[in-house]
Amino acid sequence: MIYIAIVFLPLLGALLAGFFGRVLTARGSEIVTTALLLIAAVLSWIAFVNVGFYHETARVPVAQWITSGELDVSWALRIDTLSAVMLVVVTTVSSLVHIYSIGYMQDDPSRSRFFSYLSLFTFAMLMLVTSDNLLQMFFGWEGVGLASYLLIGFWYKKPEANAAAMKAFIVNRVGDFGFALGIFGLFFVFNSINFDQLFAEAQMVALENNPKNTIEFLGYQFDTLTTLCLLLFMGAMGKSAQFLLHTWLPDAMEGPTPVSALIHAATMVTAGVFMVARMSPLFDLAPVALQVVTIVGTATAFFAATIGLVQNDIKRVIAYSTCSQLGYMFAACGLGAYGVAIFHLFTHAFFKALLFLGAGSVIHSMHHEQDMRNMGGLAPKIRTTWIMMLIGTLALTGFGIPHLIGFAGFHSKDAIIEAAFAGNTPYNYVFITLVAAAAMTSFYSWRLIFMTFHGKTRAEPDTFRHAHESPWVMLIPLGVLAVGAVAAGFVFKDFFIGHHYKEFWGNSLFEASNNHIMHDMHDRSVVPKWVGWLPFGAMAGGFALAWLYYIRMPWLPELTARIFRPVYLFLLNKWYFDELYDWLFVRPTMAIGRFLWKRVDGSVIDGTVDGTARSVAWATGKAVRLQTGYVYHYAFVMLIGVAALLTLFIRSLLMSGGPTP
Amino acid sequence: MNAVTSPILSVITFLPLVGVLFILSLPRSEGGDRNAKHAALYTTLFTFGVSLLLWINFDATTADFQFVEDFAWFGAADDASSIRYRMGVDGISMLFVILTTFLMPLCILASWESIKHRVKEYMIAFLLLETMMIGVFCALDLMLFYIFFEAGLIPMYLIIGVWGGKRRVYASYKFFLYTLLGSVLMLLAMLAMYDFANSTDIRVLLKTDFPADMQWWLWLAFFASFAVKLPMWPVHTWLPDAHVEAPTAGSVILAGILLKMGGYGFLRFSLPMFPLASHDFAMFVFALSVAAIIITSLVALAQEDIKKLIAYSSVAHMGFVTLGIFTFTRQGIDGAIFQMLSHGLVSAALFLCVGVIYDRMHTREIKAFGGLVERMPIFAFCFMVFTMANVGLPGTSGFVGEFLTLLGAFKVNTTVAALATLGVILSAAYALYLYRRVVFGELEKQSLKNILDMNPREIAILAPLVILTILFGVYPAPLLDVMAVSVQNLVANYHLAISQSAAALAVSP
Repeated sequence: MIYIAIVFLPLLGALLAGFFGRVLTARGSEIVTTALLLIAAVLSWIAFVNVGFYHETARVPVAQWITSGELDVSWALRIDTLSAVMLVVVTTVSSLVHIYSIGYMQDDPSRSRFFSYLSLFTFAMLMLVTSDNLLQMFFGWEGVGLASYLLIGFWYKKPEANAAAMKAFIVNRVGDFGFALGIFGLFFVFNSINFDQLFAEAQMVALENNPKNTIEFLGYQFDTLTTLCLLLFMGAMGKSAQFLLHTWLPDAMEGPTPVSALIHAATMVTAGVFMVARMSPLFDLAPVALQVVTIVGTATAFFAATIGLVQNDIKRVIAYSTCSQLGYMFAACGLGAYGVAIFHLFTHAFFKALLFLGAGSVIHSMHHEQDMRNMGGLAPKIRTTWIMMLIGTLALTGFGIPHLIGFAGFHSKDAIIEAAFAGNTPYNYVFITLVAAAAMTSFYSWRLIFMTFHGKTRAEPDTFRHAHESPWVMLIPLGVLAVGAVAAGFVFKDFFIGHHYKEFWGNSLFEASNNHIMHDMHDRSVVPKWVGWLPFGAMAGGFALAWLYYIRMPWLPELTARIFRPVYLFLLNKWYFDELYDWLFVRPTMAIGRFLWKRVDGSVIDGTVDGTARSVAWATGKAVRLQTGYVYHYAFVMLIGVAALLTLFIRSLLMSGGPTP
Repeated sequence: MNAVTSPILSVITFLPLVGVLFILSLPRSEGGDRNAKHAALYTTLFTFGVSLLLWINFDATTADFQFVEDFAWFGAADDASSIRYRMGVDGISMLFVILTTFLMPLCILASWESIKHRVKEYMIAFLLLETMMIGVFCALDLMLFYIFFEAGLIPMYLIIGVWGGKRRVYASYKFFLYTLLGSVLMLLAMLAMYDFANSTDIRVLLKTDFPADMQWWLWLAFFASFAVKLPMWPVHTWLPDAHVEAPTAGSVILAGILLKMGGYGFLRFSLPMFPLASHDFAMFVFALSVAAIIITSLVALAQEDIKKLIAYSSVAHMGFVTLGIFTFTRQGIDGAIFQMLSHGLVSAALFLCVGVIYDRMHTREIKAFGGLVERMPIFAFCFMVFTMANVGLPGTSGFVGEFLTLLGAFKVNTTVAALATLGVILSAAYALYLYRRVVFGELEKQSLKNILDMNPREIAILAPLVILTILFGVYPAPLLDVMAVSVQNLVANYHLAISQSAAALAVSP
């Protein structure tokens, strides 16, 4: 019952605010949706304790959905530690974002609509994380896509917002193309897409002498689990904005900032990581697929960080940071350290939401200025926001005392780096790349802080003078998230990845018999002490460099950009992915569309038809001289038909010697 | 006499004709026009009500035809081999009857204000059309089917030709040519079947084993007719023109019901009667289906006319139907039927949405709109729901059909399934691109500044469609349960026929 309430209260809120927004008034909609979410959040924490510490897993059937032959899919909630962790993350961040939005959106006339969308999103996300089968997951998956589309395009008058909303939906659909094919394939192999059956039979399918061990796909024979896991992962790449399918995430920053915090940082974009973890009983038996996951994750962690170095829009820096951190999580998944990945997902939700909402607070105080080149020196003006952002940055960059204690990101990110070392990949490429990315993370995060809050201001004097601290309703959520950003690491570390991790996760995460990563990463003989010090060094180095560039020698960035101009432009233009895709996909598609319409449909098909039509018209004109209208032709043809049928009928009557008595 | 033993199918089929008789008796005056509208509305509503008895009393546990009527027509009363008046429905056809009777009152309401001249004739044409359409889905005799199938086109013709747009003559001409070819071939095939089986009873023909080479020709002849009707690529070009010229309600019926006759035809004739030929032609149908899904989606992307765009998207969606049918799997065929029913609701709704703004602005050009959400939030909401259903978003009825057909397709041919799944990306592209240009953006055009949101009549038309689109997306069981046994039977019989033929080949040297 409690689980039903957690999932469906936000839906209730969305419906109330959406359909009765005018009756409730904007304030009423805010209160209703926020209150319902707060209830859901409290219940989620209760559920978290029950499931995580008292191991009360559950499967709550809700209703029948699609039944066709052997396919039998129901609406049901699957409650285990993995979904309980996600419930907590989603409802906590969502309720805080609801509260924050009361302040942030106070001047917007369409607040009812905004809160309705927020709650709708939360509902879809909760359906996703509690799904008991792949189809319900797909429902949530596309549902959050819809909500994201609506929220990115919330300010529908802005052409960029509309373009970004469309882009997000369509790029995600490219990923969903793979996801859908993966679901079809799993059904083909397992005759079911319910998790219980899939997980129970996965090990059988992995056996080499099983005829189902290989699958024909696009004319070739492939290993079944590898193929299907890679198809599913394509969906994850879209939703979690991984390398090649990442282009929509920075553009999604066109949406209101609370949306960026909730959807494009803390929850929706982590759905891909959640999916890989949820499907760990399949992925862990498909080593090649896991290698791909690692490569893509590592590449994203690095590539997004490089772009983050030079962006000037405060939200885009954080967006690329999100992209990069998601890469870390996938790298961990790919190494088989699912618990570590989810731990980073958990801590990241707090400090990334904090950073986004903090950035929102800055933007709010600066009257919707987002370009950091027009900021600077804001720390004394908005002191609370500054402190909050500092906490978020310390958490993101992984500040802490190695082998002892630190901010949330310290525990989770360093665990990923340790796992990367333990994973012992060729040339240790994952480990090296992730440490390099950590250095860049530190640099761009401190760059953001310095450019925004420190030094001499570059803001318009008027804007600067009017810069003001945000109202309490916005600062309280920041405070709560800051507590998470500080404490989520050391409090939960032992459960998520430490001594109690097996007991904590129960059966919700799967490790194949040859997967020892969780053990190895804690083994001093595998991971020596200096491995823990290296990310600390990278973090400190990034900080020092940022300090040098933006505080000590503020003329240095420009000089560097001038000297390394091609590199700078390459990064500033985000590796030219948008231009490349435009040239490779968007333009050709439109051109082909026009060609097929005008030439194939128009000239070839219609040309033939019209030509035939003319000759027929000419022939019938000569032959039948019926007065007007094709209806008569038509009726005439019908008449002939009926006459022919009758003739045949009478003939058969005559031949059979008349009707039998 | 209870509902089950009474000739309920004939009642539903011919009830609209009672309305026709009444309207004919009305004087030609303004009051007469108003009465004609009311008469048509009440007739269609009443017909819908009666048709619900069909659903309530339907026995979903059998694949046999139900509510069967069988009367002498041509020939002696007890002559089974003669052409007789035979009616009946099974799990495949019954829901199409309901879909027809459900959409009709909405069509009448949608024409309430937009039709200004020859109102009586218009209403008569629609009621005649309803009789013909229901007849198609109920007929259990070849002759009867043919008459309903072809005669229905005449009122449709008139609707486009008399109440249509500027290029209506060209559109109806094209329509005529395409359908003519198909009809003639189908008629010849029916004659040949009658000659062979000495019966026009569909129930008998379903049990007749036509020789393999004969099946081949019969299949092609029926295919010619159904492919045009559905329409399949590349014989689809009549559809965008017909849609563009037809009045709103005409488009609704065209997209909602008339196209489905093609898919229904495949399921009633091609698949069960010519299984061997169906088997041989499956790859051919797959190729055309994939072509329809990909090519027409790309064409839709380039459209500048709202109605044309939706028409092309219809062709793409029908591609899923043919794909699903010829997978010969339970999921594929369930999906195809569901897709047809869902498309009946969603495409009808989309055309109704276009009608709403066409009635206000008298243009269908995408460029003429933009920023409608500003003044028309209710419209924007409805249009969003149907756009998402068109895109196949899970939770809307559009998803269930697409998902099931693709699931079936993957079992049979992964390449075909992968290519068809590309449609998922393309449909999102054209549908959202349309929505963005029409509904979003700044409301800048002077002509739109005073546009009004939907009135109660328009809300009453679209609200049931919104509800059903979401209801059947979340809980499709009422539809899937009705078709389950009939489809299971169809699939089983098909595979039996194929394996028997294979066994026969193996025995003969």
